[in-house]
Amino acid sequence: MRRENLTLLSLLLPAGAFFGAFFLLPLARLFLVGASGEGGFAAYATIITDKNHFASLIATLALAAATTATTLIVSGLAGVFLQRNEFPGNAALVAMLTFPLAFPGVVIGFMVIILAGRQGLIGDISLALAGEKVVFAYSMAGLFMGYVYFSIPRTILTVMATAGKLDPRLEEAARTIGASPWRVMIDVIIPGLKPAFISAGAICFATAMGAFGTAFTLATRINVLPMVIYTEFTLQANIAVAAALSFVLGAVTWVVLVAARSAAGGTVAAAG
Amino acid sequence: MRRRGPIFLAQLVFTLFVCAFLVVPVILSMLAGLTVNYFVGIQSGLTLRWVGEVWSGYRDTIFLSIGIALACLACTLVLGVPTAYVLARRQNALARALEELLVMPVAVPGLATALALIVTYGAVGGFRTSWVFILVGHVLFTLPFMVRSVLAVLMAIDLKSLEEGAASLGASFRQRFFHIVLPNCRSGILAGALMVVTLSMGEFNMTWLLHTPFNKTLPVGLADAYASLRLEIASAYTLVFFLVIIPLLVALQVLSQPPRTKSRAKQE
Repeated sequence: MRRENLTLLSLLLPAGAFFGAFFLLPLARLFLVGASGEGGFAAYATIITDKNHFASLIATLALAAATTATTLIVSGLAGVFLQRNEFPGNAALVAMLTFPLAFPGVVIGFMVIILAGRQGLIGDISLALAGEKVVFAYSMAGLFMGYVYFSIPRTILTVMATAGKLDPRLEEAARTIGASPWRVMIDVIIPGLKPAFISAGAICFATAMGAFGTAFTLATRINVLPMVIYTEFTLQANIAVAAALSFVLGAVTWVVLVAARSAAGGTVAAAG
Repeated sequence: MRRRGPIFLAQLVFTLFVCAFLVVPVILSMLAGLTVNYFVGIQSGLTLRWVGEVWSGYRDTIFLSIGIALACLACTLVLGVPTAYVLARRQNALARALEELLVMPVAVPGLATALALIVTYGAVGGFRTSWVFILVGHVLFTLPFMVRSVLAVLMAIDLKSLEEGAASLGASFRQRFFHIVLPNCRSGILAGALMVVTLSMGEFNMTWLLHTPFNKTLPVGLADAYASLRLEIASAYTLVFFLVIIPLLVALQVLSQPPRTKSRAKQE
C-alpha cells in the first residue's frame, strides 16, 4: 500500500512541479506586486473605493451575467431540440453550432464587426429596411453579442451531452399522465439539465469576466475590467494597480466558479 | 419524432436562426477576404491578392502557432494523463482539492496569469523572449481540459476491478498503466487532445502579453491586422486561420467519433 502511494505521488510530481513553479509562485508574486505601490495593500481596496474601477467592476459583472443568461436560454433550447429530434441535416446543424468553439476572442470581435460594424450586415439591412444604419459593434452591446457568440458552442456541447443522458422514460411517463410539452419542459427536462446549466453557466460567466481579445478588437474604450487592467499595465505602466486589479478579478471569477461547482454538486447529491 | 407540430417548427426556426448567427459572419468574412473591394461588394470581383499578402507577411505566425499547439499537446499528455489517473485512483478530499487547484488557470483570467508570469519571470531574459514562455502559459491554460477529459472516462469505467484483475495475474504497475489504463481512456485522451490543440491555436488573452515582436502567434497577428490593416486583408488573414483550424477540427472530431456514436446507439 505504501509503495503504491509512492508510485501515485511520483506520477503527480511533474504536473505538481510545473504548476507550482509557473502558477502558484507567480500568483503569490502578483499578490505582492499588487501591494508594491504607494498605498501598499490598500491598492486592493481601490476596486471598491476608486469610482472608475468600481464602475468597470459593476459593468463587467452585469455583462457577464447577461451573457450567461442569454447563452443558457439559447443553447438550452437549441441543444435539447437537436438532441431530441432526428431529422435530415441534424448533424450538419450540430457541426455548425459547435464549429466556432476554436475561435479566439479576437476573431469573435472581427465577426461582430462583420455583423454590426461600420460596413456590417446589420447596418446594411437596417439601412435598406428603415433607412437608418444601425452600428453597435464598438460598444458594450457589440461586446455582449461577441460573448454570446463565443459561449454558445461550449454550452451547447454540455447541454447536448447531458440531455443525451436524461432518461426518456421520465418524459414518456409525464406525457402519459397528461403533462403538456410545456410542463414536461419545466418539470422534467430543466431539472434534469440543471447540473449542465450550472457548470456551463459558470464557465460562461468566468470567460465573460476575464475575456480580453474581443474587447481589444472592438474598441479600447469599452469600460470592462480586463481592458482597464490592460490599459493600466501598458499605457500607464502602472504595474502595481494592474496586478492588484487582475488579482481581484481572478479571485472574483474563481469564487463564482467554485460556488457554482459546489451548488451543482449539491443538487446532484440531493437528487441521488 | 412522431409529432412534428408547430412546436417542432418553432424550435427548428429558432435553431436555424442561431446557426445563421454563428455561420453568416464566418461566410461573410471569408468572402471579404477574397473580394477586390468589400465596400463596393462582391461585384468588384474575386481575388487571391489579399491571401497572398497575408501569406508573405504573416506565415511565420501560422507555423509558430502550430508548433506551440503541438508542443502544448505533448506537455499536457505527459503532465495530464498521469495526474488524471492519480485523481481517479484517490477519491478523497485531497484529490478533490488538487483538482480544484489545477482548474484555477481556467477560472483565473488569462490576463492575470500572464501578468503573474511576467512579474515573476520577466527578468529572465532568454526565457522571457523565447516561444517557450508562451508555451508555459498555454500548458497552464489547457492542462485542466486534458485532466478533466481523461478523468471523466476513468471515472466511468471500473478501473479498480480492471487493475486488480491484472495485478492478480502478476501485471506490474507499468504493465497495468500502459496496457490497461491508457487503452481504456483513449476516448478521453482524444477528446482532451481536441480541446488542447484548438484552445492553444486560438489562445489570445495570455499570449498578447507573453509574446514579443519576434514571437507572434496567429491570433496575435490577427489582432495586429484587425487594428491596422484594411478589412480585406484582415478578412483574408481570418480566412487563413479558418483554413488552418478547420481541417484540424474535422480530423480530431472524426478521431473522437466512434465512442460517441456507440453510446448514442446504445441509448436508442
